Amino acid sequence: MAATLSTLAYLVAAVLFILALRGLSHPTTSRQGNLYGMIGMGIAIVATLLRPGMGGGGVGLIILALAIGGGAGAYIATRIQMTALPQLVAAFHSLVGLSAVFVAAAAFYAPESFGIGHSGNIHGGSLVEMSLGLAIGAITFSGSVIAFAKLQALMSGAPITFKGQHWLNLGLGILLLVLIIAFVASGSAGLFWLIAILAFALGFLLIIPIGGADMPVVVSMLNSYSGWAAAGIGFTLSNLLLIVTGALVGASGAILSYIMCKGMNRSIINVLLGGFGTDAGGAAAGGGGDGDRAPVKAGSPEDAAYIMKNAQKIIVVPGYGMAVAQAQQVLREMGDLLKKEGAQVEYAIHPVAGRMPGHMNVLLAEANVPYEDVKELEEINPEFAEADVAFVIGANDVTNPAAKTDKSSPIYGMPILDVERAKTVFFIKRGMASGYAGVDNELFFRPNTMMLFGDAKKVTQEIVQALQK
Amino acid sequence: MNPTDLANQASATAQRALELATQARALAEAHVAPVAAAADPFLYLLTIFLLACFVGYYVVWNVTPALHSPLMGVTNAISSVIVVGAILATGLGESLAAQVFGFLAAMLAAVNIFGGFIVTRRMLAMFQSKKKG
Repeated sequence: MAATLSTLAYLVAAVLFILALRGLSHPTTSRQGNLYGMIGMGIAIVATLLRPGMGGGGVGLIILALAIGGGAGAYIATRIQMTALPQLVAAFHSLVGLSAVFVAAAAFYAPESFGIGHSGNIHGGSLVEMSLGLAIGAITFSGSVIAFAKLQALMSGAPITFKGQHWLNLGLGILLLVLIIAFVASGSAGLFWLIAILAFALGFLLIIPIGGADMPVVVSMLNSYSGWAAAGIGFTLSNLLLIVTGALVGASGAILSYIMCKGMNRSIINVLLGGFGTDAGGAAAGGGGDGDRAPVKAGSPEDAAYIMKNAQKIIVVPGYGMAVAQAQQVLREMGDLLKKEGAQVEYAIHPVAGRMPGHMNVLLAEANVPYEDVKELEEINPEFAEADVAFVIGANDVTNPAAKTDKSSPIYGMPILDVERAKTVFFIKRGMASGYAGVDNELFFRPNTMMLFGDAKKVTQEIVQALQK
Repeated sequence: MNPTDLANQASATAQRALELATQARALAEAHVAPVAAAADPFLYLLTIFLLACFVGYYVVWNVTPALHSPLMGVTNAISSVIVVGAILATGLGESLAAQVFGFLAAMLAAVNIFGGFIVTRRMLAMFQSKKKG
């Protein structure tokens, strides 16, 4: 296939990718969008395979590589549990990062293949682009591996911090820049790999101080990085499709990170510096004054069932705890039963609920909760005042009214779901431990709150049984 | 004027035309080509990149928050278009090292392409099914 023709094919693929994202503006068009994405990818691969100079042996190797990788990917993706989605996405990001590193290496050892010069004499501009793609790819890889380990609970989700951490990272960042400059000047293979190693280390160090509940930001950010890495490689190879796609993915990840940060009222810098929840001062301030409070009111699932049976409007607030307990299915059963009783049942989703953007929506969709019943924060908040029951399952900090009133609270300013306005608030919780941010939730002590202690799934099951009686 | 003269004259004119054409080509190469080269390909690529960033920005803000997880799935899958670079490195086979790296990169990207699209499809199917039911 002539160069013009393959460029044209790349253009078509780029347009199809844009349409794939466009399709996600509504569930009804989204599946078609995904199909556009697949077609685009197919066109890109075939157009590349048909480029002049593709040897028979090479093509065989490529098909072998695609078959092995594709088989593994298809196997994993069809078998993965929806609750394990965040770690799957993190793992996939790491693969994009690593493959960017390998493509950069391939371009370094065979610059003729990509028309960027000759071995040992690569154009300066291409070296800059190559080293950027390499560094971002390597950071994406090791950062995503850490995010995966935290999400998969292979390592503790708690932030790992030590003295001088930020200075170390800053120092390594500067060293990385120096190495890139030296690499561009010399084009040496040793420096190429030194950049890779340093970037791997930096990715690792950047993610370890970030705690489990900040993972929505981290996952979005790594999503963004994987895009920028692809764009960097695209510049190196002067490939229009890689540049466009990289920019799309980079922008998408950046927007998601922004939305997640806004959902927590924190700056991206604040999240990246990490260590949230270990701030002893803030936690102590938030936890003060326990002695004056009324004791919490604990209820039984039967009590909850009785009250909800007589309720007109019920708003369910799911959080990460629901995902951990795998309670989405039984929660939907409860919703169905209550609807049969004539109640209106809606679901309120906080932007940072769960471990990745949209995590709760997917789990509820998996449990066949109607899309129309699931509402975003801005949409649902005015409705709490009219609700008879707010049913909080596995969420905590996102409902804490201290975010609106207590300036000393670490979560002050975070947009929250106004569950306290409902006539009755049910709170399913394992125990009285504070939320991720280490802040007490004053909601527990309110007269209209009833705590339902126990495992989210078990308690909900008991409510369902009580409702069926 | 006899036919021979006419033929000679025509031949001379043709010769002259060829000379002029050659000169014109030399002139074009001397002046026009540098102008074309001056418009650095990097600038073209940068233009494309920035415009694509804007397209991404507007398209992604239009994505409904409920579909943010599938959005990550799709972006993950399409970012593996980096496989194009891997295919070129493997297929053109300029050096063994490049072929090895290309092979590995193609394999990893393929995991993502298939995995990303399939998992997104699964997610979207869940959103879809209850629209009907």
